[in-house]
Amino acid sequence: MLELRKDIFADERDDNLKEIGKGTQRQDMLGHVTGTSTYFDDHKLQGMLHLKVLRSPHAHARLRRIDTMEAERSPGVRRIIRGADVPRNLNTLLSLINFGKDDEPSLAVDKVRYKGEPIVAIVADSPREAFEAMAKVRVDYEPLPAVFDVEEAIKPGAPVVNEVYPKNTFIYHDVYDHQKLRFGDVERGFAEADHVLEQRYQMSPIEHAPTETNGSIAAPDTNGRYVVYTSTQALFFSLDTCAKILDVPSNTFHFIGGTVGGGFGGKVDTLTEPLAILGAMLTGRPVRYQLGREEEMQFGSPRGAERIYIKDGVMRDGRIVARKIRAYFDSGAYTRLSSYAVVKCVAHLPGPYTIPNVHGDVYCVFTNRTPATAMRGFGVTAMDFALECQMDKLAHLVGIDPMEFRILNAYRDGDMKAHRREAKNTALIECVQVAAEKAKWPLREEMKRMSSRKDGGGSRAAIPATPLEAVAQRAAVSQQRTTYDRAQPATIQQPPPLTPTPPPPRPPAPSPSHGATRFSSVFGTRRR
Amino acid sequence: MTKTPLQFRHNGRDVALFVDGGVNLLVALRELIGDMTPKFGCGQGGCGACSVLIDGELHLSCLTLAETVNGRSVETLDGLKEGPNLHPLQRAFMEQFAAQCGYCTPGMLMAAKALLDRNPSPTRAEVVEAISGNICRCTGYEPIINAILAAASGGRARA
Ligand code: FES
Ligand code: FES
Repeated sequence: MLELRKDIFADERDDNLKEIGKGTQRQDMLGHVTGTSTYFDDHKLQGMLHLKVLRSPHAHARLRRIDTMEAERSPGVRRIIRGADVPRNLNTLLSLINFGKDDEPSLAVDKVRYKGEPIVAIVADSPREAFEAMAKVRVDYEPLPAVFDVEEAIKPGAPVVNEVYPKNTFIYHDVYDHQKLRFGDVERGFAEADHVLEQRYQMSPIEHAPTETNGSIAAPDTNGRYVVYTSTQALFFSLDTCAKILDVPSNTFHFIGGTVGGGFGGKVDTLTEPLAILGAMLTGRPVRYQLGREEEMQFGSPRGAERIYIKDGVMRDGRIVARKIRAYFDSGAYTRLSSYAVVKCVAHLPGPYTIPNVHGDVYCVFTNRTPATAMRGFGVTAMDFALECQMDKLAHLVGIDPMEFRILNAYRDGDMKAHRREAKNTALIECVQVAAEKAKWPLREEMKRMSSRKDGGGSRAAIPATPLEAVAQRAAVSQQRTTYDRAQPATIQQPPPLTPTPPPPRPPAPSPSHGATRFSSVFGTRRR
Repeated sequence: MTKTPLQFRHNGRDVALFVDGGVNLLVALRELIGDMTPKFGCGQGGCGACSVLIDGELHLSCLTLAETVNGRSVETLDGLKEGPNLHPLQRAFMEQFAAQCGYCTPGMLMAAKALLDRNPSPTRAEVVEAISGNICRCTGYEPIINAILAAASGGRARA
């Protein structure tokens, strides 16, 4: 049962929300259970051809020669498409909003920059004939040194992944190689802190694995236009991207979509439509381009990997006084949407907490891996994973219950956030209280009485003096430094002689419902 | 390419067609017969979206050579409705919110039907086992399991 807490969200919406709390049938459900919902691939058009793509087996290689002579004579082949056939063979998705430089070809011409990159498209009468012709394409590769690690990629002398960005980082505002956040003086905060904790976190790329793979069918229409059935999650975005790549007005296309077999962010990249339409333009026939499962995983973008370093200064009483974050987003070989993920991430720092000194440096880095893209909260999700792990560790370090530690540091209405906006309608404290109650996690009375509406603002609303570049300061000798950071110089000292408050009794084992407790960081092993 | 003649029952009706050697049942159903209810998710036996019943038994149509169903009976989601009425499983899937994008649903329903046809009142564990070859990336399995159990007990109540 959903409930809208009007004590917290009084101004959020008017009060006549009659739907919340009762079930409403989805309008597409009948189609789903009868199998009549029409996905892109459920359109079978007269004379339809099939498009398959030859992909790079190398993570990084120069293309010396591409020979399609024999493939062109292969039975059933209608057309072979090469980079030179694509009207504007260089694009970046966010160019539609003037963000970033065109950096990705539809079909590689001189170089391939990740394993799975498209090189040649083959349009044939059947998928089988397309595959047979593909085996006859000869490509002469000159393998190049590749770089797969974000921090290796930004070292001087690293292989240049993408010549559009020769330093292997996305360039913000035409100048900066990363996004910065500066709020207060973290170095002073660290010097004053009782404990300083530095940690390194690494997230892997995550495949969306929608049950339906990406794909589209494009067909010439009677009026000189093209109708496109597509699995895209972003219909008009894809339409405009195709108009740009194919260099035609956008009213050339009639896109039909909306019934998507799972997306989760993996169907916003316009992966298949440009070549399907180009195939239809060049053959005058309907053309179907559907990714196989292996292509979906190798070529379809995943959620990008992130490497995150967090350094926090915390007082014995539980207040976090400084937080410094350095993070590297692995964009893969091209930008797609990672540049935007970085901006979103920086706006989210330092998490939903009020910390007087915050310092963030986040990089969008190019490597020879599959380009990354959107996935459910991208830019924020991995950072939150790191931040909340860090919160548990900090709580442990100062011997405070992890739930109470979050309440203590939570932002409240009227506080100043690190990107200089006042916090409004905050509800973290209430969320933690409700979570604790539902989990039967004991909170002390004073913690139960805390509120997001109380005690915010005032000195917490101030924008602190922020030096242009913070300078490291000498810390008090009593300060405890803790680091498990593999990449940092070894400054590991004896772990602080803590006497953590005894953890509250473990809550009774919940009934074994579907995975609900398995992944809870609060019930994780560290509490034992 | 030489084609092989093929005749089988498709949702209770006789169909005859010619197929290329090596064509799988999923392609034959979708592209030659025009039954779009079985879905392509992987073509490798990994997802169950293409599940159909052959002589009442659950099979992955993407891994079944079309030629091997000659003379047999193939059921897909397209044949599940009873006239204009939804099958109890379809009704239960609707009521229990057991589909989100709907792409796994045809396969799930066929796996569930295979189960209930041979075991009208399965335990929860048997339901889990029965759909263990079907991947759903959206809904979560809990509503799907609940729907199948609801359909099963509904069936018992009627009997
Ligand atoms: S398509 Fe047959 S199991 Fe995935
Ligand atoms: S509802 Fe989308 S895969 Fe099951």
